[in-house]
Amino acid sequence: MSESTTPEQIQLTADGQLRHFLTTEGLPKALLTEILDTADSFADMSEQQVKKVPLLRGKTVVNLFFEASTRTLSTFELAAKRLSADVLNLNISTSSTKKGETLKDTLMTMHAMHSDMFVVRHSDSGAAHFIASQVTPDVAVINAGDGRHAHPTQAMLDMLTIRRHKGDFAPLRVAIVGDILHSRVARSQIHALRTLGAGEIRVIAPLTLLPRHIESMGVKVYTDMSSGLRDVDVIMMLRLQKERMESALLPSESEFYKLYGLTNDKLAYAHPEAIVMHPGPINRGVEIESAVADGPRSVILNQVTNGIAVRMAVMSMAVSGQQAQRTQNQENDR
Amino acid sequence: MLSGTLSVDALLDKIASETRALITQRNIKEPLMVGIRTGGAWLAERLHRQLELDTPLGILDISFYRDDFTQVGLNPKVQPSQLPCAVEGRHILLVDDVIMTGRTIRAALNELFDYGRPASVTLLTLLDLQRRELPIQADVIGGTLAIGPDQQVKLNGPDPLTLTISQR
Repeated sequence: MSESTTPEQIQLTADGQLRHFLTTEGLPKALLTEILDTADSFADMSEQQVKKVPLLRGKTVVNLFFEASTRTLSTFELAAKRLSADVLNLNISTSSTKKGETLKDTLMTMHAMHSDMFVVRHSDSGAAHFIASQVTPDVAVINAGDGRHAHPTQAMLDMLTIRRHKGDFAPLRVAIVGDILHSRVARSQIHALRTLGAGEIRVIAPLTLLPRHIESMGVKVYTDMSSGLRDVDVIMMLRLQKERMESALLPSESEFYKLYGLTNDKLAYAHPEAIVMHPGPINRGVEIESAVADGPRSVILNQVTNGIAVRMAVMSMAVSGQQAQRTQNQENDR
Repeated sequence: MLSGTLSVDALLDKIASETRALITQRNIKEPLMVGIRTGGAWLAERLHRQLELDTPLGILDISFYRDDFTQVGLNPKVQPSQLPCAVEGRHILLVDDVIMTGRTIRAALNELFDYGRPASVTLLTLLDLQRRELPIQADVIGGTLAIGPDQQVKLNGPDPLTLTISQR
């Protein structure tokens, strides 16, 4: 894979419009705000009787999922359909294919079908960037999660949820709790929160689940919930993957729950109006107590609704950006 | 060449009286007035009062229905359309500030039909700037104005409503 372009560079057109969405890292505040504003418009629209608009009519969106995810796939599918696009879902398991060459072949085939957008989920970090930079630069690529690297639409739907509940980011204390080490969601959240100017960002996790030098991302590190959750306005829980237990990074699920599971007792450390978020699917009794997940402070289902709106925003902006880039290229050729 | 600021009140009076006549002539019952955001919505508010219509005013935001969004991008601050009642079977009085190419009205008709099948749609606009690109005409117009390609007309509002003609 060539490293000649960074994801930050290829995401934007020459005049700064979004044309791929690969990571929240390095995107200007104005653009993240534009995504949130656009998503707000779509969120309001989803309460109408007819939830469909013709913005992407005649466009073909291919969801390329090399890693299974029912929830993310279905919200991307719904978002594309609400924009009137034609949608093709491809579930391709990586275990059955050889990496690299096969990925490229699959993409060239999809490209030959005149697709306008690829939504890519892959267990390898950098897969979406590879596709956008090397394989199909004229097709808009949306990263739906790549390895441990990034999950930018998840981060932006979290930002939309925070903004719709709390307004301005500047006065907020935000805590991200759980398996930071393996979490692409956490990385994307931290970049987005920093760019949008969140007052204080904390991470709370056992040392075995914290990346080294995480402080350099501009976060405060805590290893216990009682001090980490003190007075926070937003609690973002992460999903704990079962396989982490097997790799001996954690003693047991019940031990983790005892120390880091979000219970009503631990929630009491936070600000009385703090909101509780989780990217789903939730492991009840591992990361979060049912009473909290279903309780009055939980906005977990709002996150799902906002996820559709954010994906509609990013998809329509990227199609518009690709078109602008094509027009620009044609003028340059003349 | 035309330029300067025009008052809208006289034009509105003309539209109101012609619309009243049209409602009688076409035997339209319980019309639903719908203004296209932003300028059309301001005008519709005034006309709704002048015509003393019973059904509350509807507002349409056509940003998601425009055919040029891939060229001009999306306005990130689109507000939701608000229609007070079902469109199905209703007589719609659609209001916009100007009609020029006809593309805005095309988008508005498409959006209206997503809400239901109206019995009829009557189009009222303050000014006809000609230069049509689609076969769409207004039923009632305040006036016709031929402007050069380097000129533009802007409705300022909501109170007072004035028209400004300026060089681009």
